[in-house]
Amino acid sequence: MISMDNRIDQDQLREGLPAFRPGDTVRVNVRVREGEKERLQAFEGVVIRRKGGGVNETFTVRKVSNGVGVERIFPLHSPVIADIEVVREGQVRRAKLYYLRNLSGKAARIRERQHT
Amino acid sequence: MAGLIGKKIGMTQVFDDEGRAFAVTVIKAGPNHVTQLKTIERDGYRAVQLGFGEAKEKHVTKPVLGHLAAAGVQPVRRLEEFRAAEGETDELEPGKALSPADVLAPGDRVDVVGISKGKGFQGVVKRHGHHGFDASHGTKTHHRRPGSMGQAADPAKTFKNRKLPGQTGNRRTTIRNLEVLKVDADQQLVFLKGSVPGARNAILRISKRGA
Repeated sequence: MISMDNRIDQDQLREGLPAFRPGDTVRVNVRVREGEKERLQAFEGVVIRRKGGGVNETFTVRKVSNGVGVERIFPLHSPVIADIEVVREGQVRRAKLYYLRNLSGKAARIRERQHT
Repeated sequence: MAGLIGKKIGMTQVFDDEGRAFAVTVIKAGPNHVTQLKTIERDGYRAVQLGFGEAKEKHVTKPVLGHLAAAGVQPVRRLEEFRAAEGETDELEPGKALSPADVLAPGDRVDVVGISKGKGFQGVVKRHGHHGFDASHGTKTHHRRPGSMGQAADPAKTFKNRKLPGQTGNRRTTIRNLEVLKVDADQQLVFLKGSVPGARNAILRISKRGA
C-alpha cells in the first residue's frame, strides 16, 4: 500500500463506475476472451463485501445458481470489467453480508433501500 | 548505461491489457547526476559514477563535497558506480542529470541491491526456517530451540556454518531478474514486478541485466 503518495495509483483508477454498496444487486459485464474473440458475460448477484482501497479495491458478488451459492471477487478497477449496472439497491445494516451464506430462499431476501 | 540509484516509494498493483494484476514496487529513480566518468586511460576501467538524493551539506564529508563540486553537483545521499561498455559514455559528462527513462524501458530486466529490513536477534525458526519441536506429546520448554550442536567425541567440535540464532535482516540483499513494467518519465518513477529489499525510503541500486 502506498500511503505517502496516492497520485501514483490515481491514473489507474477507473472512472464512470456507478456507486454501489453492500446489499445492492448488480450486474457485472465481464470481458471474456475465447480464442481471438471477445465477448461479454454477465454475472448478476448481491454485493456482499467491498474491501481494500485505491487500485486494490475489490468487491464480492454472490448469487445462487442452480441451488449452489457462487461468489465471485472482482477487482473494482480491473479492465476485465466492461461495466457495472446497479439492478436494485438494498437496505442492509452491515458492511459485510457474510450471514447471507447461511441463509437461503425467503430468509436471504434484502429489503429495498428507500430514498428519502 | 547500466544502472540507476533510486528510493523505494512502496508497493501497489498494476493491471495489464488482459486484466491481470501484478504486484509492483514503485521506485523513485531520478534525477541521477553523473558525478564522474572513469576511463581506461586514467582508471584502468570504464564506468559511470552516479549520485542520487538530496543531502544537507553538513551530512557529506568535505572530501566528497570537493569531489561533487568538481562535477558541479549538489550534495547527494548516495554515490554508486556502474560499469559501462565502450561508447556508452559518449554523451555523458559530469553534472548531467539522468532520468529513469534514459536508462530503463518496459521489458528490461534488472537486479536490485538494498539493505533488507532489520528483524533484530532472531531464533532459529524465524531465521533459518526450522520447524521447531512438538507443541505437546511430552515436550517441555523445548519448542523453538536450535537442537543438537553436532556429534560427540569424534569431531569434538561444532562445525562451522551451524545454523544458530543471531541478527536477522539489515544486511545487503540482492533481488535478481526483476522485470520493468512501466517507466514514468514525468515523475521519474520505475515500476518493477515483485518486491525489493528494505523499507520505504530505502536507497536502492538498480542495475540492468546483460548490460
